Amino acid sequence: MNFPLFLKKSKAGFLLFIIIGMIIISGVATTSKVFAQHNESDPDRSEIIAEDVIEEEQNVGKIIIEHLVDSHEWHLWTYKGHHVSIPLPVLLIHNGEFHAFWSNKLAHGHQHNGFYLEEEGENKGKILRAVQRGMVDDEIIGEENSATLPLDLSITKNVLSIFMSCILLILIFTSIARAYRKREGQSPKGMQSLLEPIIIFVRDDIARSSIGEKKYERYMPFLLTIFFFIFLNNLMGLIPFFPGGANVTGNIAVTGVMAIFTFLITTFSGNRGYWQHIINAPGVPWWLKFPIPLMPIVEIVGIFTKPFVLMVRLFANITAGHTIILGFISLIFIFGNINSFLGLGIGIGFSIPFAVFMSLLELLVAFIQAYVFTLLSALYFGMAIEEHH
Amino acid sequence: MEIVSPGIGLILWMTISFAILIFVLRRYAWKPILKSLHDREETIDEALNQANLAREEMKTLKAGNEKLLKEAQGERNVILREARKVKESIIEEARVKANEEANNIVENAKERIENEKMAAMTDLKNQIASISIEVAEKILERELSADNKQEVYIKNLIENANLN
Repeated sequence: MNFPLFLKKSKAGFLLFIIIGMIIISGVATTSKVFAQHNESDPDRSEIIAEDVIEEEQNVGKIIIEHLVDSHEWHLWTYKGHHVSIPLPVLLIHNGEFHAFWSNKLAHGHQHNGFYLEEEGENKGKILRAVQRGMVDDEIIGEENSATLPLDLSITKNVLSIFMSCILLILIFTSIARAYRKREGQSPKGMQSLLEPIIIFVRDDIARSSIGEKKYERYMPFLLTIFFFIFLNNLMGLIPFFPGGANVTGNIAVTGVMAIFTFLITTFSGNRGYWQHIINAPGVPWWLKFPIPLMPIVEIVGIFTKPFVLMVRLFANITAGHTIILGFISLIFIFGNINSFLGLGIGIGFSIPFAVFMSLLELLVAFIQAYVFTLLSALYFGMAIEEHH
Repeated sequence: MEIVSPGIGLILWMTISFAILIFVLRRYAWKPILKSLHDREETIDEALNQANLAREEMKTLKAGNEKLLKEAQGERNVILREARKVKESIIEEARVKANEEANNIVENAKERIENEKMAAMTDLKNQIASISIEVAEKILERELSADNKQEVYIKNLIENANLN
């Protein structure tokens, strides 16, 4: 089988090829960049790295948090103290000025145009602009060590991961749509037959049963998109290295945006009955509405708690799963710090089996959380458009 | 807490890309996919319905056939019975006719025999009469030569004739 034929034959193979290609290219690119940087860097670099390593071993909690949060670069691996990462574009707006540069300019505490990556404290992980004590218009501005926070619109690890999963979803589902058009009236095949049951599951068991036969079709695109977006990103989050590894669905901004979409759609599709139930719920004793509008307040708060709960549930579930896996893996290094054989034993006997077990559980959670988010969104839409008699 | 503080950039990019994702997938993926799923389900439903209809039709057809068969059998039985009846009646008729004919023939024969017999008797009587006249003539010629003999003879004759 020659390679171009393989590419033509299998779309999955093509995607795999692209992903592998991206890894290789990015790896080579960054390695050369990192080494180039090292050549020009100061001599005490290795000491700093050594300190980093010691600190990493000692502060497991910090490492776990670092793995869970967003990052301005995509760290691939560390080899003999060299961090190999994919540099990502940093886009900043500061005092109405737009700044764009690659994230490797900020690596290892470097400053670029006064911007630097805060490594400690309240603003840890954020890009800050150092304000140097100096004379501007005969005035001394800025204090020592003070810094301002620019508007950070960088393409971070999570943003890139979102882009990649969007492209992947578009590629997968447009190709499936094409397969449907090509094989009209025939039974599904390949990728089509893999995903068709899930699409039908979302349609019949989520949308139809929660929204109702009449109006469910209007919400199908959103529900399917959100289901597959969450599901794909949950799965990608379980892959520990490059194309996966970003904790997208375990990021509160991402889940928050999705919850806001649900909130907006619910609010804008709410009919008269829905709003009447919120403002003046029928069947509730009058003294709960007047003079203190207790029920309306509870209902109005409820409008906002529903998407808030959606946001927190997905975020917390994914974050918790990742934290446990990272905890198990960290145990290897904690015990390895005491005695390397002990670390090996813990790794083989405890951490690896439990991390595998947790990963399997996370596979289940990946599906369940996508299901729950979609189901609850559908239920909220169903409530908003329910016909009251 | 860094982990629960959403980043502005991430919110912005997520909103943009998710909106585009919904739009693109809706236009180029979900609508065609859902439409073909719907179409296919309808086709399957229709095919199943048609199969059911065909089965029903087959059932009624079968019942009709059976009914037809039963009717045909009944008709055949009726025809056979009638034919048998006709046959019997024909045979009966023929027998009656034959009997009649035979009787007629026998009657005719009897009549003819009677007639022949009568004719023969008449003929015989005539012949006997003529013979007797001849005999009488001869006897008369001979007997009348002697008177007494003649008388005796006549007396004998008369006696014999009376006995006859």
